[in-house]
This record gives sequence, C-alpha cells and structure tokens, in this order.
Amino acid sequence: MTLTRRQTVVGLGMVSAAGARAATPRQGGTLTLMIEPEPTSLVCFNTTGGPIIAVSSKVTEGLLTYDFDLTPRPELATEWQISEDNLRYTFRLRPGVKWHDGGEFTSADVAFSIALAKQSHPRGRNTFSNVTEISTPDKLTAVLVLSHPAPYLLYALAGGETPIVPRHIYEGTQADANPNNNAPIGTGPYRFREWVRGSHAVYVRNPDYWDKPRPYIDTLVVRFIPDASARVAALETGDVDLAAEIPLSELARLGSLPTLGIEYRGFEYTPGTTRIEFNLDHPALRDLRVRQAIAYAINRKVVLQTAWYGYGLEAPSPVSPLLPKFYDASVESYPFDLAKAERLLDEAGYKRGPDGVRLRLTHDYFPYGDGYRRVADYLKPALAKIGIAVTIRSQDFAAWLKRIYTDRDFEFTNHVMTNVFDPTVGLQRYFHSAGYRKSVPFTNAAHYSNPEVDRLLEAAAVEADPQRRHDQLDAFQQIVSRDLPGVNLVSVRQSTVYNRRVVDFTTGATGISGNLAGVYLTS
Amino acid sequence: MARVLRTLRRTAWQAIPTVIAVVVIDFFLLRLAPGDAADALAAESGSATEETMAALRAHFGLDQPAFVQFLSYIGNLLHFSLGFSPLYNMPVSRLIGERLPGTLLLMATALSLALLIGITAGVVMSMFAGRLTDRVLSVIALLFYSVPGFWIGLMLIVLFSVRLGWLPSGGAETIGAGLTGWPWLLDRARHLILPAVSLALFFIAIYARLVRASMLEVRDQDYVRTATAKGLSRTAVTLRHMLWNALLPVTTVAGMHVGAILGGAVVVETVFSWPGLGRLAFEAVLKRDFSVLLGILLLSSLLVIAVNVLVDLLQAWLDPRIALR
Repeated sequence: MTLTRRQTVVGLGMVSAAGARAATPRQGGTLTLMIEPEPTSLVCFNTTGGPIIAVSSKVTEGLLTYDFDLTPRPELATEWQISEDNLRYTFRLRPGVKWHDGGEFTSADVAFSIALAKQSHPRGRNTFSNVTEISTPDKLTAVLVLSHPAPYLLYALAGGETPIVPRHIYEGTQADANPNNNAPIGTGPYRFREWVRGSHAVYVRNPDYWDKPRPYIDTLVVRFIPDASARVAALETGDVDLAAEIPLSELARLGSLPTLGIEYRGFEYTPGTTRIEFNLDHPALRDLRVRQAIAYAINRKVVLQTAWYGYGLEAPSPVSPLLPKFYDASVESYPFDLAKAERLLDEAGYKRGPDGVRLRLTHDYFPYGDGYRRVADYLKPALAKIGIAVTIRSQDFAAWLKRIYTDRDFEFTNHVMTNVFDPTVGLQRYFHSAGYRKSVPFTNAAHYSNPEVDRLLEAAAVEADPQRRHDQLDAFQQIVSRDLPGVNLVSVRQSTVYNRRVVDFTTGATGISGNLAGVYLTS
Repeated sequence: MARVLRTLRRTAWQAIPTVIAVVVIDFFLLRLAPGDAADALAAESGSATEETMAALRAHFGLDQPAFVQFLSYIGNLLHFSLGFSPLYNMPVSRLIGERLPGTLLLMATALSLALLIGITAGVVMSMFAGRLTDRVLSVIALLFYSVPGFWIGLMLIVLFSVRLGWLPSGGAETIGAGLTGWPWLLDRARHLILPAVSLALFFIAIYARLVRASMLEVRDQDYVRTATAKGLSRTAVTLRHMLWNALLPVTTVAGMHVGAILGGAVVVETVFSWPGLGRLAFEAVLKRDFSVLLGILLLSSLLVIAVNVLVDLLQAWLDPRIALR
C-alpha cells in the first residue's frame, strides 16, 4: 500500500492527539516572547521589577522552582533539609552544572548570591534578615543558619526572586554597575546573545544545559513593543508567540481567534490585591465612619466588571483570594449599601450642603495601564451618590510615587498591593507601623498604626508552626478589615496570550516569567 | 566658496550660545519634574527599602546638590562626554549612538517621501486648480493633515499586517534571521515602509498645499508669461520656471519640520516599536533619566542648527538674490 500525503498527515494527527504531552517535544525553532515595558537590566538581583525578572530567569536560575500550589521543586538545589528548630537550611546542589562561560557552579556561588540578595534585593533584605551565616562545607552543599525561624524563606528561592549569579564575575565589583547586568552569564537554558535597546533581546539555546535534552527551541527572541494596540496586532500576525501585558478589552477577542489561546495559570507566585488607600492624616478620612461610608458605597462587582472586564475575583481582604493558603474569606466585606453609607456620613457630621455635597476629596489613581484610571472613573459617580464630590487627578508614575510616598500630598488613591508568595514578604510593609517611612515606594502610605497588627505581623514573621501562623495572619486580616486603612477591591487575574503552536510554556507558579526550559514549538 | 565658509563659521559661533542656553535651561527645567530616577526605578521594581533607595540615589549621583550635579555635567561635556546613564548602565553617547541611525533613517525616508509626493501632488493640484483632480487631492490632503499619526499607523498595521499579511507589524528588521546582502536590504525596507509612510502623511499634506499655493501665486508673474510667450512647453514652464520658485517656501518649511519630525517620530516609533531616539527620549522622561534626555536634547538642537544652515545654503542656491550673510 502506498500512503498518500493526506493519509500520512491524518495519521500523524491522530498520534499527536492521542499522546499530546507524552510525545517527544520537537527540537528547534524560534520562539518570540513579548515583554513590556523594556527592562533596564537583564539580571534581577537588585530589583523586583516584573520585566527584569522575566528576562533574567531565562539565563539566571534559582535554587528552587514552584508548582502551581507553590510546592517547591528542585532547580539548582536537588535536595533541601530544614532542621527541627527551623534555624538551619541545608541545600544539596546539582552536580555538573556549568556557567555559560565554562566555569563550574558551586556552593560558593550560592553563598555569594544569597549574601548579595540580603544586601541588594528590595525584598531580600527582609527575607534573609534572619540569616546570620552562610556556610559551604563542600562544593555542593550550602547551609543557611538563621537567628529566628523564617517560614517564608523556602518560598523565596525562585530564580526571579533570589537569582544565583556567578561569583567569579561579581566578586569585588560594584554589583549595580557590573557589565554582566547587561550581558548576563548564568546556568540557565538560554545563553544571552544580544540586546538591541528599544527593540529586542536575543537568547540562544544552551547546549550544555543540565536538564538535557532541554531546552528544545534554538532561539528565544524577547521583543519590547511599547504600544498596546501594536502588541495585539503582533500577536494576531504571529510576530509574537507569548505575551502577558495585553489590554483586557482585547483579551476575549484574541482568545476567540483560531491561532491564539489564553492561559490563566502561571501567576501564582505573584498575586496582588487592588485597593483604595486612605491618607489617615486627612481630617475627614481620619474618621472611621467616613471610610466605612466609602466602603459601603463601592460595589465590588461593578468594579470587577467595568474596570477589570470581569478578569479577577472580588477581594475584601488584603490577602488575595488568589493566595488561597493565607486568604481569610470571613473578613468584613462592606456589602454595597448606600443607605448605610449615607447614615454613617450623617453620624460623622458631614451633612449635605445646598449643592448636595457633603465632602470634597481628590483621588490620585495609580498610573499603570488603564485599569486604575477606570476604577477612578467609577469612584467619581459612585461616591457622588452619597454626597462625596471626587476630583480625579492624573500624573505620571514618578510624580505619583513622589506625591503618595514622599510628599504624602494625597487624600485617597487606588493601586495594587503585590502579595507575592507570602503575606510577611508582600504585605507587612503596607500595614506595619514601621512601614510608614517617607519616600520609600509601596509602603504604609496611609500612616496606619495598630500595635496589635504590628504584634501579629511580627509574630507571623517568625512563627514556625503553620497552624499558629495561619491563625495570626487570619487575625491580622480581620483587624485590618475593621480598621479600614484602605478598601480592598479586586484581585485581577493575570493571563498569558499564546500562539497555539507553543507548548509547555506554563508549567509552574512563575509561568512565562520562569526559565522556559521545557517550552517547545509544534511548527 | 569663501562666502559659504564664512557663513558656516559665523553660524558655528552663533550656535555656541544657543547650545549653552539649551543645556542650562534644560538641566534646571528637568529638575522641576516631580520625582527622580530612583523613584521611577523603584516604581518599576515594585518594592524598595530605605537602604535600596539610598543606594540607588548614591549610584545615580542624585544625593548631590543640583548645582554640583550641574558642574559635573558641564565638566563631562567639556571632555566631549555626554555622561553615564545609571538606569541603562552604559554611557549616554553609546545609548544614543545605538538609536540615532534608526531615527535618522526613518526621518530621512519620511521627509524624502513627503517632499517627493507632496511636491508632485502640489504641482498636479495647481495644474488642475479648481477642477475635480484638484478637489479630490485637496480632500485627501486635508484627511492626511487632520488624522493623527498614531491612528494612521495602527490602521496601516491592521490593513497591511493583520488582514493582508504583506508587511511586518513592527520592529526594524526580522530578528534572528541573520540575513545579509540584498535579502537584508529588502527586509529592512519592508520594515521601513509603514512607519515612514505614517510619519510622512502629515507632511505630504502640508507640502502639497504649500506647493499648490505658491505655484498659483507665480502663475501670473511676468516671467512665466514671458516663458510661455517664448514658446516653451507647458511642462518646461511648470517645472523649470514655476516650480523652481515655488520650492523656496517648501525648503523653509521643511527645514523647520526637521524638529517636528523628530517629535512625531516618538509616536511612530512607539506604534511600530522602532528602536529610535524619539522613543528613548520619551522613556527617559518617564524614567527621569535626565542624563539621557539632556544628551538627546543637546543632539537634537545641534541637528536643528545644522539643518538650518543647510536650508540657508540651499535657498541661496535656489535663488541667488538671497544673500548669504
């Protein structure tokens, strides 16, 4: 029998349909990933910026990687042990791993990188603050010795959070200005080739990668496309295969195209909660009843549907429902109730004037994407109903930061609180009274202070017993939701738009911001 | 020739105070913007501590008083250095050098396209003034003039990239293709078409209307009548006698447009993710990376001065009655 071309194609189709994932991934091809905005550096040891993490991880790996439920999995560390008293972390490192310049990867690199993170990484300073000693008994063992337990530490070891950088390149230099930051050497699946600023970066397959036969693709192109509509067009034409920063208004249409799909997983490592934050030093907003009235006047369902096109979950607590391990759903949620809101304002002494206005407030929204501006556009009419006249003020990112965190010249704002993988790491800075520090962005701008909350956060930061820690964090969520330094609104569900020829780009909690070692192309 | 050299020398002397004013005013003007590079970087970073912020400011030299920063910047300039961009971790001159060719290519293509099509359309319009051809071209020119460049750019992408699939949707070349020779040139040209056209359309409209108006103005002049009376063909009269004179206002306006095209390039470069200077300037503003911005402003002012000199020389050539002072 002679097989016709058509029969062969059908036959192959059946095979691949039957064993979709089991089939050997196809080698070769060029994958184009879109990242926005363009990173300013290609190694993330001193930043938590999303774009930098996304490019950094392809070259510079971490000790561990994480499943969708944040269960740690081996990366550069193959085994790890935590001592009974939770004060000693022992990591066995992967043997035979080489840096891209041929040097050998050893425990000295790990010790150097963790010390660097403790010194230079915005979150690493706190994450590793209890680490008193990093010892390297042999080439493939690294031991962290702690003064107090750090229950979140094991979750902070992803390549994007605590990257393991080559000691032989950074040692004795000023790390911030090291040329490696622009032309990185790492242990990862892709080797850096070139970075054309304003356009793209090119990475090529690392043939000596420790996890052979990975990686499967030959070339990884990272493109920077500043215009949102042009990003959408590039996905439609197939110029770009993977992208995360896509306007929500276009998502549904893109998802319905035959060549494209939408993946919602792969953001479990960095959930966030959008919220309103009040300036508690403002004479009217200092009054709990005014803040409660505002909370009752806001309909989270409408915020979710109009500002975020329904992509997300209503989020009454500072801990995101997308971080289920710590989320307390039983907090006071202030269900939409205009009558109650008006009564609270009456009680607080803000009577309606002849023009129907009780109170005038200025709102500064977070100038990132369009969502926060849409929230502001909703707040204005929503609060007008209870007699609060809102003036919306716009500014660019740097101006907003200076206004909120340095000058504190604001009344209320709406922005996002990144939870990351643990409330101690992500949220403590927003609610601990010590987080009220002028000119440090994304801290306690409200000037919120409750000694009980301070105590709970401090206790949870060093609590080794998971159940007790869970109770402490629940109590924290309950109190903060009653004290109302801000009104938590929505947890936005992030997504990756992908070309259907791309397979296995999201295999864990960091999605396309991970190392993409297992990704392959079907055509 | 001596006259030309004298002019060049005089312009060079006049350029110096202009450039100094540009540097001084820009330097202190930019400091009026709220927030600094450390704020912007921290914004991107999403979390920061007092220590990391202080480290950033020290690294950027932002912990120094403004006047000290100014002196050190002037010191750099005197050594022909545009300084160092801590944000990009590289010398400003290299950063600008990487981007400048892209912008110059885009500007030159767009300006040539605009002049070529604009002048042609203007001549055609003036020859058929008041008739259907003139009316139709006028409406099209009006459309080009009034529709914003970013929208035209996006519509061109939707039509030629998404629907027809003829041209790439953005970028300056096919990345990682490793092309050389003719295929490389062709690839670059394919990427250049849409951005150059979107940038040129507005100026096509201006030149077309300008040429039409000046052609109509010179049409009734005595020398044109003389030329016609000599028995010259209509084409010869139009091109040799009328257009030559109608070009004067076009060169003046086109010279002034170099600055405007540089501004328009920001939008087009954004829409087409074209790695150029305009986009770099825009990002430098948002990120408060003033060393980069000052470098670009300085370079742009030099560029505008140079183009003005060129226009002066060109006009003297077009019309010898214009004296080079």
